[in-house]
Amino acid sequence: MSVLDVRGVVKSFSGLEVIANLDFSVEAGERRLIIGPNGAGKTTLFNLITGEIAPDQGSVRLFGRDITRLPGWRRAHLGMTRTYQIITLFPDDSLLRNISLSLLGLMPLRWNPLIRLEKLEAITAAARDILTSVGLEHMENRPLRETAYGDQRRVEIGMALAQRPRLMLLDEPFAGLSVDERADIKELLKSIPPEVTIIMIEHDMDVALEFAERISLMHFGEMVFEGSRAEVVDHPRTREIYLGE
Amino acid sequence: MIRLAGAIGLLALISVPIWLGNSYYVNIASQILIWAVFALALNVLVGWAGFVSLGHAGLFGVACYTGALLIVAGWGHLAAAVAAIAVTLVASALFGVLSLRTSGIGFIMITLALGQILWGIAYRWIDLTNGDNGIILRARPQPFGVSLESPSAFYFFTLLVFLCTLASMAAFAKSPFGISLRGTRDQARRMTALGYHVWLIRFAAILFSGLFSGVAGLLFLYYHLYVSPHVLGLPGSAEVLLMVISGGSGTLLGPIVGAALVVVMKTVASAYIERWNLVLGAIFVAIVLFMPDGIVPGARRFWCWGRNSLRELIAAKGENLS
Repeated sequence: MSVLDVRGVVKSFSGLEVIANLDFSVEAGERRLIIGPNGAGKTTLFNLITGEIAPDQGSVRLFGRDITRLPGWRRAHLGMTRTYQIITLFPDDSLLRNISLSLLGLMPLRWNPLIRLEKLEAITAAARDILTSVGLEHMENRPLRETAYGDQRRVEIGMALAQRPRLMLLDEPFAGLSVDERADIKELLKSIPPEVTIIMIEHDMDVALEFAERISLMHFGEMVFEGSRAEVVDHPRTREIYLGE
Repeated sequence: MIRLAGAIGLLALISVPIWLGNSYYVNIASQILIWAVFALALNVLVGWAGFVSLGHAGLFGVACYTGALLIVAGWGHLAAAVAAIAVTLVASALFGVLSLRTSGIGFIMITLALGQILWGIAYRWIDLTNGDNGIILRARPQPFGVSLESPSAFYFFTLLVFLCTLASMAAFAKSPFGISLRGTRDQARRMTALGYHVWLIRFAAILFSGLFSGVAGLLFLYYHLYVSPHVLGLPGSAEVLLMVISGGSGTLLGPIVGAALVVVMKTVASAYIERWNLVLGAIFVAIVLFMPDGIVPGARRFWCWGRNSLRELIAAKGENLS
């Protein structure tokens, strides 16, 4: 059974078709890379999968369940998590608070208006464990806005991991990072348990090709080709789209 | 330090009838507390949810009218108060369902329209509300047999309600729900991706805000023993919004300072200054210019700046001497 199965999805904005009858599926435990030039529809595809936007046609199935009309927040409760191309965290809050918010998202406790969050020791301890796993335990009380961009990216991945995901969607996790930071994030992604399925959008081929087992090439809202690293690199459409050959 | 300041503030509030003496000023202190409860209620939406309401006087007025109508109909004060809060919650739910279909300027316009509809009902449905003449009550409630007729007794009653409201707001601000609400204000998309039902959180915040708006409305009714359509009008909604913004939205102290500023200008300063509206306007302009976040965050910033400058000055003098 596929972890994710997208069938015949169509999405238009003001008459402009950005996703055109797209089929896409990913198996459990896979590391899948989605590549394509700017405007290919990669982030729109992520938004359709997470429920931020609804498709005009087609269906999305997650773990065998039809989630096409399921609200985005409920998809998170099914085990789907995502990161964003542009980091959207909570800059005034500490790193610990950011991770705690992520943990709370799946708990009924999030509705409690009386208990102080800091008094919930189990959540604080779990958040500390997550920060340790992403190597940021030494700055747990620092406001996010006072941390380096690379560390913010770590926090974002930590927040995704805090949701105990079965499927992670990573939208350009290496964007804006220095060479050293890229190497750090690459190691961090490698440490994610193999049972977690990962789909990643990335432009940095050197880093991404090393990470992914299978690659999907998108162009003008269509899935042009799908195959192993070697197959995609050698495919004439890849050369045509990327090099204009 | 914060606890010490809190204890001093509490002592000062408890001793208000002693050091103010004059019952006129004690009544003004009661008014400040009533408006502070209302401003704290609106602050839940403006400060923590990021939604500006221009119709909150409608919810405040619903509690006033429901309480007044039921008491006049022969209900006991407690039953009328409970029913008034329940009706205010229903009205808040209606506000939430209709206004949360949009955000930003759309939210402001819908709440403004809803507030004006309630004002129109109070003004035109004369058989029910007695129209512009309003409804007069005979006496204040007597909780546990204690009379609230004297200014001091009513002040202490209002202070008790105010402190309960403040404690609820303080707990709410640091609770998982309060923090989630702030999260929906700052990053709604992210919160959805984290599994939060953003709409429902905002809806619950409107109910929470409506609950305390209703409490403030009942206090207002007990204080004046009178309610008229004027209570639900746009000026009331704008005034309480100014209290929140001028004091500092998203803070606990800000709405209280804002309420004190507006009530003192309206009641005390207006006795000495004919054009008190002009002075109040000038104060708001000054706040916008010099403390755009409001008085409380602005004062905090000035305090930090002054302290750091003093430290640097002392350090520089020490270096010169050595």
